[in-house]
Amino acid sequence: MANIQETIAKQFAEAAFTEGDQLLVNIPDAKWHDLARFLKETPELSFDYLVAIVGMDWTDEFGCIYYLTSTKYNTHISVRVATADRENPMLHSVTDLWAVAGIYEREVYDFFGIVFIGNPDMRRLFLRNDWVGFPFRKDYDTDPEVNPVRLDHEAVEDTTVTYVEDETGKVVKKDVTIFEPDDFVVNIGPQHPATHGVLRLRTAVDGETIKKIDLYLGYIHRGIEKLCEGLGYPQTLHFTDRLDYLSAMNNRHCLCLCIEKALGLEVPRRAQVIRVMMDELMRISSHLLFIGTFCMDLGATTMLFYALRERETILDILEKTCGARMTFNYNCIGGVIADLDENFVADVKKFIEIMPKAIKEYNKIFTGNVIAHNRMDGVGVLSKEDAVSYGVTGPSGRASGWACDTRKTNPYGIYSELEFDEIVRTEGDSMARYKVRIAEIEQSVRILEQLVDNIPDGEICAKVPKIVKLPEGHWFQQVETARGAFGVFIESKGGTSPTRMKFNSPGFCLAGAIDHLTRGAKIADLITIGGSLDYVVPDIDR
Amino acid sequence: MEVTTKGMPYEAFKDNEYIEKLADELRANGTNVVVGSLDKLINWGRSNSIWPLTFATSCCGIEFIALGAARYDMARFGWEVARASPRQADFIMVAGTIVHRMAPVVRRLYDQLAEPKYVIATGGCAVSGGPFKNSYHVLKGVGEIIPVDVYVPGCPPRPEAMIYGIMQLSRKMRVERFFGGVNRQENREEFLRNHPIDNTEE
Ligand code: SF4
Repeated sequence: MANIQETIAKQFAEAAFTEGDQLLVNIPDAKWHDLARFLKETPELSFDYLVAIVGMDWTDEFGCIYYLTSTKYNTHISVRVATADRENPMLHSVTDLWAVAGIYEREVYDFFGIVFIGNPDMRRLFLRNDWVGFPFRKDYDTDPEVNPVRLDHEAVEDTTVTYVEDETGKVVKKDVTIFEPDDFVVNIGPQHPATHGVLRLRTAVDGETIKKIDLYLGYIHRGIEKLCEGLGYPQTLHFTDRLDYLSAMNNRHCLCLCIEKALGLEVPRRAQVIRVMMDELMRISSHLLFIGTFCMDLGATTMLFYALRERETILDILEKTCGARMTFNYNCIGGVIADLDENFVADVKKFIEIMPKAIKEYNKIFTGNVIAHNRMDGVGVLSKEDAVSYGVTGPSGRASGWACDTRKTNPYGIYSELEFDEIVRTEGDSMARYKVRIAEIEQSVRILEQLVDNIPDGEICAKVPKIVKLPEGHWFQQVETARGAFGVFIESKGGTSPTRMKFNSPGFCLAGAIDHLTRGAKIADLITIGGSLDYVVPDIDR
Repeated sequence: MEVTTKGMPYEAFKDNEYIEKLADELRANGTNVVVGSLDKLINWGRSNSIWPLTFATSCCGIEFIALGAARYDMARFGWEVARASPRQADFIMVAGTIVHRMAPVVRRLYDQLAEPKYVIATGGCAVSGGPFKNSYHVLKGVGEIIPVDVYVPGCPPRPEAMIYGIMQLSRKMRVERFFGGVNRQENREEFLRNHPIDNTEE
């Protein structure tokens, strides 16, 4: 840490440093782009992965906190950039350095109205283009009269705006066309059976070849982050179950970890083991649903029935303990909410036995199938550099050769004590993404095998005060969900509810990479590529 | 500690005040013998092959997938023909949160359904906005924009509850009159009159 600080301080006299759970660099906006380039391109720093951009409204200032990671050295840093201008807040864009910044900055613009100079596309992302105001600003007018439910259709936009600096340093607004006038644009979604939810892709095609995709989000944007600001910490937990509902346990684990980190709370060993087991069961069930729906998209409907058969077994196990088939509400601050069902161990053992056989069956039916190979081999290839630049984590990132498993790189809970392999492939195509998931199921079963006989006795939850108050500060925590690295950011002013809570979802980056991945592919491959990324739309939109 | 889940007793399942009231209302003026028998025949067919629209926005949709798979197997009831196009479907099962941006799309899907059409609101979100009721971008129930026939509460409702909901719909269809004078249709037209779509471009 110290030498990172020194290296930066040598180059940037303006930089101020704060220690926290990560080193925080304060930098004025004028120097931000230079610092960003320095952080990315200096060999001994090489912060090549932009984890998150958290938009902030500190009431006197607008700004962002950038979270960066170096995939080479596994070091972390955060940068705070702010502007005091509340009328026309502007910051410099870093889209040219990290591709994922493009979509992150659009999100910040949509919620806070901060314009990014140099971002090629400054449109709203989640909200309608006729939406009034910026909802995450603290002075936002929540009156439903301002933004009533509109039943008229949105106007189709074929142009966007970008803000650039001219030679004198003045910022000018420029119109940019999204599609050429003679482009043939097909609208896919939001109601389309193969987009896995309500995603809308306006696709320009040349014959059967995709030229460009313009992504529309927000058809399931629920404003969860804003809702959290008015709630107590225990009340915010249940939202995480409903973000990426297929990784409900993992998401909730992450938020609990973040709050526990802020409180300095020690979680009893029994609860930690239970949490990891639940996470892995969840991961398997999510991958199973992926196999089912993905194969169904490719025309192999039978696989849905096979995969869901095993998934139901897991849901039974979870249901006995948690009482629900989805939205489990199981993790809580300090541990877990209820003890395991008496049959839990026996059920998991039974499951461990059937799963390897089931995988063999899947491979026999589908993986080796010649049609499956034709549709998946070499389709939607993502290189490792692009995976890092677009922030594509999880099985999709590992299929491109990027060892990005948070369980390995930054172990949390008891993962550091467990034996399991990180599955990394190098092909980067849809087949690799599919195979990584199959192999990850095997690894998760391996983890369960190690734990099922070693669940220690003891408390299931630490002593937590009735009213949870976090000290002043901010924290960031990541875990590995079934889709990739999921992050939670909390800023507290010392009260019972957060002043800002941000969920950094893996699906958002996956969606951001669709345009890049599908350029030049055939339109039928769009289904394969989208399916193989395995995003969950409520997780993207939050 | 043994936890047992009691199924719904059969009497309660058959106890359906609401449907009976509807049936009484419809039969208040008596029924023509010929048309009445035809009605019965057609409704018997209709109510046993209700085709849903493949439509899901979030979590509740996954339970709808589970409904289609082997364990809950909605094919037993003739509902398995999930259509991707609203023009071929009989009802929308609104599974999931409906937000402002989605509202006009849902309305359009509803308008595109072929008559006679029905709506089931599944899950807390579609019923009332559920856990996101206070959000700036979430509708307080899909009933704000389209007329709903059956509400199924839960977060998410279990597949069994969904089955019950669709069965309720099929009962409702059975007491309706296919030929003329269907009370429910009048209510619906009134609803749509009160919820106009403004400045449509077409
Ligand atoms: S009712 Fe619950 S499970 Fe259903 S969509 Fe809403 S939050 Fe998800």
